[in-house]
Amino acid sequence: MSARIGDYATRSREAIRNHPEVRTAVTGATVAFDEKRRRAYGEVDADLWRRWAEAVKNHLLTHLGDYLVEAEARLEANGAHVHWARGADEAREIVLELASRHSVRSVVKGKSMLTEEVELNPALERAGIEVYETDLGEYILQLLDEPPSHIVGPAIHKTLEQVQRLFADRLETDPGGDPDELARAARGVLRDAFINADMGITGGNFLVAETGTVALIENEGNIRLTTSLPRVHVALVGIEKLLPRMSDLAGFLQLTSRAATGQSIGCFVSLVQGPAAAPGDDGPEEVHVILVDNGRTDVLVHEHAWEALRCVRCGACLNTCPVYRQTGGHAYGWVYSGPIGSVLDPGLLGLHEAMPLPFASSLCGACFDACPVRIPIPELLLAWREEAQQQGLTPWKERAALAGLANVATRPPLYRLAGRVGTRLGAARAARKLPMLGDWSNDRSLPSPSPRTFRQLWREGIK
Amino acid sequence: MKVALFVTCLADHYFAEAAADTVRLLRHLGCEVTFPDAQTCCGQPAYNAGMSREAARMAHHTMDVFADCEAVVLPSGSCATMVKRFYPRLAASNPAVQAAALADRTFELGEFIVRRLGVTRLGDGLAGRRVALHQGCHALRELRLETEPAALLEGAGAEVVPWAASDECCGFGGLFSVKMTDVSAAMADRKLDTLPRVDCVVSGDGGCILHLDGRSRIRGCGVKFVHLATALWRAVDEGVGDGMAERDHGGRHGRGNG
Repeated sequence: MSARIGDYATRSREAIRNHPEVRTAVTGATVAFDEKRRRAYGEVDADLWRRWAEAVKNHLLTHLGDYLVEAEARLEANGAHVHWARGADEAREIVLELASRHSVRSVVKGKSMLTEEVELNPALERAGIEVYETDLGEYILQLLDEPPSHIVGPAIHKTLEQVQRLFADRLETDPGGDPDELARAARGVLRDAFINADMGITGGNFLVAETGTVALIENEGNIRLTTSLPRVHVALVGIEKLLPRMSDLAGFLQLTSRAATGQSIGCFVSLVQGPAAAPGDDGPEEVHVILVDNGRTDVLVHEHAWEALRCVRCGACLNTCPVYRQTGGHAYGWVYSGPIGSVLDPGLLGLHEAMPLPFASSLCGACFDACPVRIPIPELLLAWREEAQQQGLTPWKERAALAGLANVATRPPLYRLAGRVGTRLGAARAARKLPMLGDWSNDRSLPSPSPRTFRQLWREGIK
Repeated sequence: MKVALFVTCLADHYFAEAAADTVRLLRHLGCEVTFPDAQTCCGQPAYNAGMSREAARMAHHTMDVFADCEAVVLPSGSCATMVKRFYPRLAASNPAVQAAALADRTFELGEFIVRRLGVTRLGDGLAGRRVALHQGCHALRELRLETEPAALLEGAGAEVVPWAASDECCGFGGLFSVKMTDVSAAMADRKLDTLPRVDCVVSGDGGCILHLDGRSRIRGCGVKFVHLATALWRAVDEGVGDGMAERDHGGRHGRGNG
């Protein structure tokens, strides 16, 4: 999905005003996810787990080169092939070359945000290859030709009624079919796709350097089939997804599941160790792991933003975010939305491209409390805001107003005068005509100031 | 104890009575209240906008103004957080020591009463009142005042009615409500739509009240908002005529104004 972030304000307004069902669906789903996450955190010493996970990822990120080399060696020792992709174009080319080499006509996919990031599906389709998204939510969106709006629940912005209509139309289900019936219909289509697919493509939740193991968490079994049925399995893994040791994986599988869905662990955990050992054994004939950078090393060397690379893509920050809940993910304009998107996208795309996402937050801090790897999202948002101000990417009037505030607030007599003039002499009413405060007052009644300021009351004596 | 009041911009101009109630409350609790006249804005608008140089100038001014105060109390969780949590990040080397020292001596009002004075029972002036508590983000997640405001209200006899969105951001966020006005208003709607039937909503932050009250009035919700300082002074001063439930809009039309 191509980035088109610039008009976030317009898209969020349209989502809120013209598609109230999105807000209802997203709020309902995320509130439920968030409650499950809180309960699951409450069952363990979540604070300790999170601090441990933060430390492991910090160690990994400060020794990333060493662990990447180790992972490559272990993967190859297991019989997997390792590819390095600097950018999205290289990642696509590698997959297309593999597809061509294996005469692939049909691909099944497990849910992967990285394949969205590198825009893999359109490239495969242009090459004449049939692509089936096999995660139920992703499958729904593929039928609708929409990108995912959430890292874990890609179709959470859809209502049951919308899916009922879609499936009645495309899969000839009963228009009032319950979720089980709808899932059965999708399974019917996807079962054939699995059997006929020449290649399975997945992402990877983790890649253990010590053992060369790609780990995948899921609840539907579709990833298990994607990694084991087709002749060729290709896993695209972001370079930040490594873990040093197998023993780290045990903790991260549980913590990620608790953060994402409130489960103690996902229903299916697939550990991909390489291809089938011998002809006739279960598993693919070839396993390819593509290690994708696509801007991550730029983020890694950034003074502040590197902390966002700890992200395990659990979606907990989206679920708890009151800003995300109003609009869902599409308003953000790129593959990573919500709080983590607002700090990661400026790093991956460049700040200019990602404006105004660092400002799409009230800095309420709920995301940090939810994050299993303690990414200080509010602090990172502030760091990006500071860069945006320094680079002149914000409205000059805003910068001038705040510089003016600092000039006034460091001169007490001037500050007192400005306060009296500002609030007493009908400035609130005049504000309606100002470009920025005008919008504020369309949605809210303007406050009227106290009849006497506190300073006046203090001078007169408070009884 | 000598306590300096840091009134904050919004309380000075929009919640003057709540600020006065803060003084009354502190005096009632045995504190001698001073009001350093050179105080201005804490600098949070600039800090949140990413203008840290400007924010630092305001921080240093504030640090000078309150340098010799034994304790500093603010009727705002957000501005208290600016001083306690963000000044130490802003200040360079030597002033950092000064910032840390000021942070240690600075308190949000409810925080000061419960944590510094060790008081949770102020009187029973709120007996029979059903109130909802809007937990301001900074007070809750930066100052970790998870139980203090509710404890004070309940200690005064109020029933703090469970509210699903009690700890959710109201959508104010200063500049955020101006830049992302539609999302901000939708966030206020979520708060208002989930609000249980209560006599009033109490909040320790004027900014949240201005935003929620402004949204509530334009939608005709008829919700009454009361600043925490005013609610707590009611707890003490139960005898005064016009009851809390009759005051609307954060006490701006409250006692002493007429």
